[in-house]
Parts: sequence; structure tokens; C-alpha cells
Amino acid sequence: MNAPASPPSPYSSPSARSNVETHTLSVLVDNEPGVLARVVGLFSGRGYNIESLTVAEVAHAEHLSRITVVTSGTPETIEQIHHQLERIVPVRQVTDLTLTKRSLERELAMVKVRGRGENRNDALRLAEAFRAHIVDATTESFIFELTGRPDKIDEFVDLMRPIGLVEVSRTGVAAISRGPEPI
Amino acid sequence: MSREMTGAQMIVEALKDQGVEVIFGYPGGAVLPIYDELFHQDVVQHILVRHEQGAAHAAEGYARSSGKVGVLLVTSGPGATNTVTGLTDALMDSIPVVCITGQVPTHLIGSDAFQECDTVGITRHCTKHNYLVRSIEELPRVLHEAFYVAMSGRPGPVVIDIPKDVQFARGTYAPPRGVHHKTYQPKLDADVELVREAVRMMVSAKRPIFYTGGGVINSGPAASTLLRELVGLTDFPVTSTLMGLGAYPASGKNWLGMLGMHGTFEANNAMHGCDLMVAVGARFDDRITGRLDAFSPGSKKIHIDIDRSSINKNVKVDLAMVGDCAHVLESLVRVWRAEAAQAEKQPLDSWWRQIGEWRDRKSLAFRNSDKVIKPQYAVQRLYALTKDRDVYITTEVGQHQMWAAQHYHFEEPNRWMTSGGLGTMGYGLPAAIGAQLAHPKSLVIDIAGEASILMNMQEMSTAIQYRLPVKIFILNNEYMGMVRQWQELLHGGRYSHSYSEALPDFVKLAEAYGARGIRCSNPADLDQAILDMIDYDGPVLFDCVVEKSENCFPMIPSGKAHNDMLLADLSDDAGIEIGSIIDEKGKMLV
Repeated sequence: MNAPASPPSPYSSPSARSNVETHTLSVLVDNEPGVLARVVGLFSGRGYNIESLTVAEVAHAEHLSRITVVTSGTPETIEQIHHQLERIVPVRQVTDLTLTKRSLERELAMVKVRGRGENRNDALRLAEAFRAHIVDATTESFIFELTGRPDKIDEFVDLMRPIGLVEVSRTGVAAISRGPEPI
Repeated sequence: MSREMTGAQMIVEALKDQGVEVIFGYPGGAVLPIYDELFHQDVVQHILVRHEQGAAHAAEGYARSSGKVGVLLVTSGPGATNTVTGLTDALMDSIPVVCITGQVPTHLIGSDAFQECDTVGITRHCTKHNYLVRSIEELPRVLHEAFYVAMSGRPGPVVIDIPKDVQFARGTYAPPRGVHHKTYQPKLDADVELVREAVRMMVSAKRPIFYTGGGVINSGPAASTLLRELVGLTDFPVTSTLMGLGAYPASGKNWLGMLGMHGTFEANNAMHGCDLMVAVGARFDDRITGRLDAFSPGSKKIHIDIDRSSINKNVKVDLAMVGDCAHVLESLVRVWRAEAAQAEKQPLDSWWRQIGEWRDRKSLAFRNSDKVIKPQYAVQRLYALTKDRDVYITTEVGQHQMWAAQHYHFEEPNRWMTSGGLGTMGYGLPAAIGAQLAHPKSLVIDIAGEASILMNMQEMSTAIQYRLPVKIFILNNEYMGMVRQWQELLHGGRYSHSYSEALPDFVKLAEAYGARGIRCSNPADLDQAILDMIDYDGPVLFDCVVEKSENCFPMIPSGKAHNDMLLADLSDDAGIEIGSIIDEKGKMLV
């Protein structure tokens, strides 16, 4: 129980850990070699958290990629992350979707469940309730495909655990703002 | 006008088109085509260093003393990795540097080829931006863009990694045509409404202070001129970080001296007691703030910086203006002139009276001696004997650096080159070489320590080869003095490996290189020895043998606030008992 106390960071205020928030940042970048490494390296180099990260090209002609990163920290840290990201030369735009309050977040998961008899029926009923699709089936297993908010996926995975959860593959969060305007 | 040529030719053409007159470099297999092109021309002067770290610091010294981009050219593998310290140094101190590295041919990348390393991977964290040029088509754009990125916004180092096959390939070169970067467009001017609000805060301040930093120097000479004008208009006191020395003249009546860990009593107390702090191009570094939760507790803070991420990073401010120092200062001067005249400006008499009391503590005073040269005295004499000349000062890192900052006084920007952010021992000699190349007729002095100077001693050869009359003024106390001081403060005087054992005879060492060596250990001989150094037409290694156990005061111990300074005790030879002053939490800091 006596984990060694980590030395207090000399340069942060004592209240630093008291109000940790989770934010989703959308980062539009030029799709050039190494740009993801720059973004990820910023997080590791400065000691920021990455809870989830997705990246894909979204406009081929303009070489535009969109990185969605879910991170946690105090409001001050989140503000720092935002502006540190803006400093990266190939970064075009950074938007804190959590601050806009009007954003949609979705994640896709594939969940492998193994079981026979009553467990198999339970799995099917729950999958239906969660609107999960069966994408693969054998006589003793299913693979469900499920899309939703991360907490919904957490919930589904928790329910599958006693039934016979084998493994989960998740994409991480993709996010977009509501309404007709771009971010 | 576009022309067809090889990649190597493009590199040299781009250097010419960017106005580069001097580059620092070291040849090797992966840059041979570029060196062959350099051979055929005499517009760009190549300075052969003796170690690639030296090339990086020389480019920094050149850049900082001239306001231009410093350029270096090194080979792949070890050539590139040896520049990492210099690149990191330039990143921390915001120095515009372009570093061209050779790379193995593209088809060998990733095969662990001879002298291959992942240069863009290694330098990603220590550059503002970097490029691996994969085809001849992108080379001209990347070359010009690199200079733009290095120089604009908050300046910094940029690496261009160029595989050897790209250097041989032929393509079409186009000269720079007003680079318009699609994503990188720093904002230069602050919003007018924010400037007005800042002036309102300044007009009503009773205990204001300007806290200026390296950003004022980086912004160019206009920023220093405008700062002086604004200080003249407002009559606010002004202090500066290590990096910002010279932006406001040390002889100016509003000057409080440097602030921070080894800053003056008046500067730090004024920072602690002010009701309005105007930070200009400074970044609230931990050497400046001391204990954060006790940093200037009663003040409103205005922050001017071109880097948005510097704002609210360490210290929360009340009003932030993102922009270039010169642009924002110009707006402040203009609005102050227009609006402050009719507004109720607070009298600052009692604030200046208070500052006068702090000044009277004479926190830079030290006990002089007629038997042994005190390091502070050595810097004072060096200043007195060189101040009327056209002089540029560089330093290494340690006690001598702080004594130089305290006792050498700067009237102009770009005259002072020191490794502030990274604290790189070995910076001073190559930086002096760079400064001397930018200013061939000026007096360039590296104020050094005997430990630091040995880190890049090999660059003496460079100075000899190019007849650069740099003067290296070593404050030799036979210790890594700042390490020794901290061991005295924190570790019970157990001087673990901080004694400079087996030192070379610096006079003989100088002679071995073909330079002049001078040794002085008697205070009475010091002036004449310094004059001999200045008068010698060539590089000089000056071994100034000083008091061994002198500590650098004043000092804010780790974990303490600005109003909790240690001052030298002038009455007691042994100095002050400071072993118990730093608490357990403070010991964890550096």
C-alpha cells in the first residue's frame, strides 16, 4: 500500500490534480509524413494524457487529415495542449469540441463473445438492445459490431464480460460539431 | 527565373538567394555533392568547425549578434546527431537557425546503412520544424520555406534532411517569391481594444514594472527602441531576464538590473511588490518566478508574446496580447501618447522611493581582495576596460555566466549571447566565433569557466584557421563553480566530482593551438593583462585565476519566493550558512 509518493511537480500549482476534465480536440493537419508523430510526440514530450486518438485523411485533394484526440487534464492544461498543438507548423486548426458543447462523439467497437446455451441467448438479447450487429458467428461465438458513445460501448463490454467476453477492438473516438457549420 | 540544375546546386543557389553569407559546417559522405558546389563559388563563405556542435552554436552566435538566420551544413548520422544539443539550445532560446543535414540515398533509408540515422525523428523534438526531402521537385520550396519558418513568428531551428540521391538529381529551381505558408502565419499585431485596456491598466498602476525578455531582442532593434520610448513615457521601472539584457540600457535611470534566481534585490522585490507587471517577450521561466504560488501575489499581469502557448503556461495573466513585441510596443506607445495625457496617471514617487531603498542594499556588492582576484572584480575590470569599444560578449554556463550578467552592463541589444534556456556548457567559444564572423572588426569576448571551455575547446582551431581574434576570458576557480555552490547549499559541502582535476596549462594550450596565452592571478596585474589581451591581434586564451570558493549572490534558493533572497554577507569571510535554508521540497528542484 505504501506506493512511493511521486515528488510534487515544482512548477505546477498545488491544486493541479483537483479538477481534471476530459476534452475532445479536433485537429486539422496537412497530411504530410511525420505529422502524426509530431502530434503524438507533443503529448509524450510534455507529459499530457492521450485517452483516445483517431486519425484519417478527410480531404484527399487538399491533403487534409483530421485527428481527434481525447485528453484529460485541468482546464489550464487543456488550454496549454490546445495552444501547443497550434504551434506545430503543419497544424491548420485546433478546436476544443468539448467547449463548444454541441458535438457528437462516436466510436466503433468489435466485440468477440464465446459461449453456449443460455449465455448465447443472453448475448443475442443484449446485442439487440444495444443495436449491435452480428458480423461473424460460429456455433460457439459471435462477433458484434457496435457504434455509439464511448460510455455506451463500455457498458456493452461490461455486460458481455460474465457472458464470455473474449476480446474487444475499438477505433477510438471520432467527433464532429452539430449544425450546418464546419468547425 | 526558373533554371534546371542539380539538388546540390539548388541548395547553394537558395543560400545565395536567401542572402546567406556565412555557413558553418563539416563535410562527410552524405553531403559531398553540396561541398563540391561550394567549391565552385565564393559568395557563401564556409567555415570549417571542428565538431558539429560547434557549428550549431556558431550559427546561433552569428544569428543572435546579426539578427539574420544562422546556417549550418553537416553530414548524415553522427554529423546530424552532434548538432542535437545546439538545435535544442536554439529552440529553447528562440534563435533562427537552418541546419542542412545530408542523408543516405532514399533507397537505403531504413536499412541501417552506414552513417544512417533517423534525423527527422531525432530532431523532431528539438526543432521548430523539420523536413525530409524525398524528391527533387519539393527541394526548392522546402529550402525557402525553411528560412521563412526559422525567422518568422517565434524564431527557432529548422532541419532540412536531404538524401544524397536528391542532391544529385536534376530539377527546376525557382528563387523565393514571398513565401506564403498555408498553415503557418503568425499574428503580429494585438487587437486595438486590448492595447487600450492595457494602457488603462498602466495609467492607473501605482507600483508598475516592465519585465522584459529575449523576445524584445528577437523582435529586432525597433522593439528595443520602442521599449525605451515607452519606459521614457511611463517612467516605469524595468527589469529583464538573462536573455533580454541590452534591450533597455543598463545605464538608463529606470533600470533595476536582471531579475530571477541571481537577479538583483531591487528587481526581485519590485517584481514581488508590484501592482502591475507588464511582461514583454518573456516567458515566466522557473529561474525567473521562483516559487510559483508566491510569485508576485498582489499584481495584475499583462503579457505580450508572439507565442500563444507561452501565455498562462506557468503564470496566469490578466491581459494577454499575442503579437510581435515591436508591433505591440508601437501600439502601446501610440495609444499611451493619445490617451494617457488626459487620463489620471498615478504618481510613482513613493514606488520609486521604495525601489531606492531596495537599491541601497547594493545586492551585487562583494568583498574584494588585494591578494586574490575575485571573479566579480575580474568581470568589473573587463567591463571598465572594454565598455567604450564595439564589443560583443558570449558566455559559457555557470557561475561565470551569472557574474557576467550581473557585472557586465549592456547598452544595446544583440551584444550579449548566452545559453539561457538549455544552459549549455560549451556554448560560448563557438558562439563567439559566429559573432566574430558577423562582426569582423568588433571585439568579441567569451567570458568562460575553466570547465565549460573544455567542452568545445577544439573550436580554437577554427578561430586560428580563419584568423578570428576572439578573446576567451576564463574565470578559473578550478571548480564547476555552480555545481560546487549547490553542493555546498544542499549536500553538506560534499564536492562530488565538481573539482576540475588535471586541468591543462591554458597558456601552453593556447600556444599549442597557435593562439596567445595569458595568465593572471594578481589583482594588481589584472588591468594590464586585460589590456594586453585586447591589444593582441589574434585569439587569446586568458587564464584568470580567481578565488576558488566564491559563491554567486544574490540568490533565490530553490522553492523560495522573490522576497526571500539570500544576500552575500560582506562582514564574514566564510560567507553565510545556507545549508539549512533550502527545505526538503526545494531540494527536489534544480
